[in-house]
Amino acid sequence: MTTQRTAPSPGVTLKTETAVEMLGVHKWYGEFHVLRDINLKVQRGERIVICGPSGSGKSTMIRCINRLEEHQQGRIVVDGIELTNDLKRIDEIRRDVGMVFQHFNLFPHLTILENCTLAPIWVKKMPKKDAEEVAMKYLKRVKIPEQANKYPGQLSGGQQQRVAIARSLCMNPKIMLFDEPTSALDPEMVKEVLDTMVGLAEEGMTMLCVTHEMGFARQVADRVIFMDYGQIVEMNTPDEFFRNPQHERTKLFLSQILH
Amino acid sequence: MNAATETLHFVRNEQVEAAPPPRLVRGPLAWMRENLFSSIPNALLTLATIYLLYVIVPPVLRFFILDAVWVGVDRDACRAETVGRPVGACWAFVADKINYFIYGSYPIPERWRVDVFFVLLAIGVAWMLWLNAPRRGLGAIYFFVVLPILSVLLLAGFKPLSLPPVQTSLWGGVLVTIVVSAVGIVFSLPFGVLLALGRRSKLPIVRLFSVVFIEFVRGVPLITVLFMANTMLPLFLSEGVTIDRLMRPLVGVALFASAYMAEVVRGGLQAMPKGQYEGAMALGLSYPRMMYFIILPQALRIVIPGIVNTFIGLFKDTTLVAIVGIFDLIRTIEASRVDPNWATPTTSLTGYAFAAVFYFLCCWGMSRYSLGVERRLAAGQKR
Repeated sequence: MTTQRTAPSPGVTLKTETAVEMLGVHKWYGEFHVLRDINLKVQRGERIVICGPSGSGKSTMIRCINRLEEHQQGRIVVDGIELTNDLKRIDEIRRDVGMVFQHFNLFPHLTILENCTLAPIWVKKMPKKDAEEVAMKYLKRVKIPEQANKYPGQLSGGQQQRVAIARSLCMNPKIMLFDEPTSALDPEMVKEVLDTMVGLAEEGMTMLCVTHEMGFARQVADRVIFMDYGQIVEMNTPDEFFRNPQHERTKLFLSQILH
Repeated sequence: MNAATETLHFVRNEQVEAAPPPRLVRGPLAWMRENLFSSIPNALLTLATIYLLYVIVPPVLRFFILDAVWVGVDRDACRAETVGRPVGACWAFVADKINYFIYGSYPIPERWRVDVFFVLLAIGVAWMLWLNAPRRGLGAIYFFVVLPILSVLLLAGFKPLSLPPVQTSLWGGVLVTIVVSAVGIVFSLPFGVLLALGRRSKLPIVRLFSVVFIEFVRGVPLITVLFMANTMLPLFLSEGVTIDRLMRPLVGVALFASAYMAEVVRGGLQAMPKGQYEGAMALGLSYPRMMYFIILPQALRIVIPGIVNTFIGLFKDTTLVAIVGIFDLIRTIEASRVDPNWATPTTSLTGYAFAAVFYFLCCWGMSRYSLGVERRLAAGQKR
């Protein structure tokens, strides 16, 4: 079991065993109804994989969890804190929720080490030396400590994505969100990133992962969610989901991606 | 060769030794053929250029150097009749007036204070511009906090240090040009950044204020801003409070430059990918920290050419303060060239040539420096 799971940082009481709860969440972009009545409860330590055709709202849904997108109806409770317009709460949630993006979003003007230490130093008020130690620990974990003083542009895509994962871990998050982390990678680099994520999952991190890597879903997911037209269409254990999909759209989708 | 092309099977069994290239591949002749006479239109252009250079360069050289008069005490040194040869630039005139060009009417016994100011400024500028300088954070504090305070005390006067006050109406020449442009440059960047952020803000009042300010200031000529600063600024203040005559155009120039700078900076902000904001927000960085650590360093880097362009424009625009009665470099030259003691046919030309050389060297320096910075930043991190 991991530190994240068994030893929450001092001063933080475990408010609930539910990590994320979404109740009747709706969202519109102008007239376009992107999220329709999303209800989802994620337990601590649970690994959820979300898939679905493009434009189905899966990215939007997980981006609502750390308020990169605002929802307009319903409730989202993250780690016992309800998301409202209160900026303080949003900051509090973002401190505890790590996110990995499709295009890495590393800061190109900072070195790998600086990318990893910036938030711990300025958000968590960690002394610089401690932050660097933590950063090196996680860079070792994603197997690129030797790149610490390079700039993101000097690394391969796979390496950059692993740095992005390390950067999130440096904040010691309770929940990790992955938004298509391997979609922008060259095929030969997908595995190194997935291996890192599998390692993380095995340590009991709460994860919500938008991905089309069905092998990954089979290997680590507790539940697989299929979304289409802004709704959760089907949710099941990976075994059942792949072997025995219920909904017509799920069957169609699976037949298209599993050749 | 033939052996390889004519048979299916080929193995090279002797090494081809390195040989010097044919004469038409390298060397000055080849270079000329490739770059100057590669085609008939190019050859014609080359010839036309050579002719233009022949027309322009010799007279300029003659005026500036060959026929120039370097020493002398009055107009007789620079008149063709007395010298007995054609006379170009009368540098003796500039040499005679150089103190006036630099200090204006600043009292002679106090001029050392201006020299000290120049030295302090040079230290500050070098500290800020030299990218590998030690303690650059300290340099920034020196440049933006210590230097302005010291300069005011030094130049305007400070009783406790027995520095008698000097009216700003006595300041002039290069001193005023440097003071006005330094104030403009130092204030325009931070104000410009704030205005640019304001214009992109989600708060409607902040955005409205920024847009109105930028569009209004940008929509009127600098001369208008200067006139308004000169005549309207006193109206806003309660009676009895007067603003220094030099202070008014300083405020005007700073506001004017900020509006332009704001638009340059906004261009940089718009070039930033959304992912950089999201990456920073997802880590829990607050808005000010996100801007300070992530967005602005990258955005400003993108617009270095635009920023330096604004600085160069501002530096040259400071000559307009002459219109509201401030004796900048141009105005001191204007005042000197009509001095009957130096009345010669080339006096005015010499004065303007001196101003041109001064402005060109300053602006060219800024331009070269910014190119150097760009190249260095580009080498530091490949994207």
